[in-house]
Amino acid sequence: MTSLTEKRAARTQPETRKIRGKVHLREHLMGWLFVGPFGVVFLAFLIAPLAYALYLSLFQKKLIGGTSFVLFDNYVKAFTDPSFLSGAWFVIRFSLVSIPVQIIIALAMALILDSVTTLFARFSRLMIFLPYAIPTVIGAVMWGFLYSRGFGPLTDIFGLFGATAPDFLGSDLIFYGLLNVVTWQWAGYYMIILYAALQGVDPTLYEAARMDGAGRWQIATRIKIPLIAPALILILVFSLIGTLQFFNEPQILRYLAAGTIGSDFTPNMYAYQQAFSLANFNYGSAISFALGGIVFICVYAFLFFTRKRRSFL
Amino acid sequence: MKRRRILATVAMLAVGSGLVACSSDEGGSDASNCTNTITKKDLPVVTMWGWYPNTQLVVDNFNKLNNEVQVCWTNVGQGGDEYDKFQTAISAGTGAPDVIMVEADRIPTFQIQGALVDIKQYGFDAVKANYSEGAWKDVSVGDAVYGVPVDGGPMGMIYRKDIFDKYKITPPKTWAEYEQAAQKVKDAGGPLFGDFGANVPAVLMALQIQKGAKPFTSDPAQPNAIGVKLNDQASKDVLDYWGGLAKKGLVGTQNQFTPEYISGVINGNYATYISAAWAPGYLTGAGVGKGQDTGKFAVAPLPQWDSANPVQVNWGGSAFSVTKQAKKPELAAKVAYGLYADKESLTDGWTNQIIFPLNLTALKDPAFVDLKVAFFGGQQANKEVYVPAADAYQGVQYAPFGQYYLDAMEKQVSEVIKGSVTGSQAADRLQEDVAKYAKEQGFTVQ
Repeated sequence: MTSLTEKRAARTQPETRKIRGKVHLREHLMGWLFVGPFGVVFLAFLIAPLAYALYLSLFQKKLIGGTSFVLFDNYVKAFTDPSFLSGAWFVIRFSLVSIPVQIIIALAMALILDSVTTLFARFSRLMIFLPYAIPTVIGAVMWGFLYSRGFGPLTDIFGLFGATAPDFLGSDLIFYGLLNVVTWQWAGYYMIILYAALQGVDPTLYEAARMDGAGRWQIATRIKIPLIAPALILILVFSLIGTLQFFNEPQILRYLAAGTIGSDFTPNMYAYQQAFSLANFNYGSAISFALGGIVFICVYAFLFFTRKRRSFL
Repeated sequence: MKRRRILATVAMLAVGSGLVACSSDEGGSDASNCTNTITKKDLPVVTMWGWYPNTQLVVDNFNKLNNEVQVCWTNVGQGGDEYDKFQTAISAGTGAPDVIMVEADRIPTFQIQGALVDIKQYGFDAVKANYSEGAWKDVSVGDAVYGVPVDGGPMGMIYRKDIFDKYKITPPKTWAEYEQAAQKVKDAGGPLFGDFGANVPAVLMALQIQKGAKPFTSDPAQPNAIGVKLNDQASKDVLDYWGGLAKKGLVGTQNQFTPEYISGVINGNYATYISAAWAPGYLTGAGVGKGQDTGKFAVAPLPQWDSANPVQVNWGGSAFSVTKQAKKPELAAKVAYGLYADKESLTDGWTNQIIFPLNLTALKDPAFVDLKVAFFGGQQANKEVYVPAADAYQGVQYAPFGQYYLDAMEKQVSEVIKGSVTGSQAADRLQEDVAKYAKEQGFTVQ
């Protein structure tokens, strides 16, 4: 026993370092091995396509004259292209209206469901969440049919009162038509996230608040909302990114909305049209990257502005 | 134990052979995804994309009659959907079929990208006499032939007899009369007279050509130069005319081929439908003219601008082209020449009004000419309207960037419908837009 410890103690410094180095290397390898599968997928399916799209966006292909390297010409074109700019302006406007509407509805629902614990509350929770479980395409088609003046129910309902039905697929109301579809689809999902965050709040805080004389309204605004602020920030970022990349709903509804939704309605639709219908992959990639830039700026600005306020939001 | 091992081996082999089967395929043009069943398995296979409602029958007929090559057919979507997929395959350099159904107006678009094969060298002389010169012209660029015509779309005015009778009007012979009749029906509280849809720019192009517009001109000797004239007086007049009808509430502004529009047609919301010879087959398939509506429709020649000098125009119509990605272009050309050219397929096509055949064996067939069309309540539509229209059709010069032109036109027509621009302004904007695009694409615009 003693001799063994002596032997160990007698080991020279470089020797231990060598062994440690070996262990370190092995740990290193193991680490890479664990990260490897993710790394390969990440590189192959995210970084490589992005790099390729960026590469494509620096070229221009003409019917006469072939492909040439143009550096940022496509980006200059995008930011002076009325189609791209009007699409970008639309999604920004749409975000400014739709995100607050969705968040307020989701928050109100979550707060109500959090303080009511009857069987009905559980049923409502499921029902409010249900639209999110319906694929966007089917949701959009369904709403398209509901809006239809030819065979939707609106004409009949308004007809009962002798009024003409509003045309939610017409150019005046399409904004609200889409707003309704998006809110219907996503508010339930955000509600679940907020509800889950509320469930994580320590109930003793409410008790303490009540002892200090706080009412239900005060508990909600002074305790619950500040405590779930991180979840609120999260869904705001989610919805901001999602809305700026608006594609599914307008793309589906354009077949039902007579000429109201053009192929350049949102930047994503415009990129799709350029790439897959006009074979202009270069410009399509440039639009996608330009949109990515806009998303990045918007999200960064949002996080910057909410950074300090997080404590009392 | 032993049994289990045998089972495992069998399962492994099955999976293995499945993998082999997968790996021997190539993208979208493989022969194992045929919609049809190929019975003569040892023959070489040519892949084909198409969307005729009776393609299944046409392909089976071809395969039955042919002992040299078999067709493997896939329906990848109708019109624009198919073109988008083909366009992507062209850009990717792989994934296109050997033979593809295309509308004649798209041929220059794909031809200029080098995506189609000139089939003149593969037995053109043998079938040349089966089609009129005009039919060949629509599928040619310069001297080269890039498709085999199948059907045409001579245009006429489909109308509801019951509505016309109710409001005591006769089929208008000129566009001026068309507007008067529309006004008369509206004043009497009747339905809309027609439809000005943004998503059918090809119809408006045809109607502009009817008034004398020549949207695109080119000279085979100068392939890099193109004449773009989309805002001449004739083009403006036609857009102003339809924009005016819409503004006065005489015609609807629905997108066509949508459930909304079709339900309107079934409801009798539209007294006329300015359309082509293939429309009855399409409308029947969508459920129009059935039950108590049987035989309510009739067809009259397209209204004219100048009844003394009638001009006939065309909407749609298609051909089979051989793609550059075909590994055996000669075999593919045989398919293109032979598909939908046998009597049985053609007869099925025209009796169901799926196609207006351009193959002269059908076009000159008295049974076809004299056919009493059930959709039109027994009217001899071919003899009275479509055959004369097809005979008088002169052919059109299409653009090598047809997709962009039609998209841009759709956008401008939407603006006219919204009322934000007049027809003339739309034509000016369209000219500016398309000429700019042509320049960007490297053309010299004249």
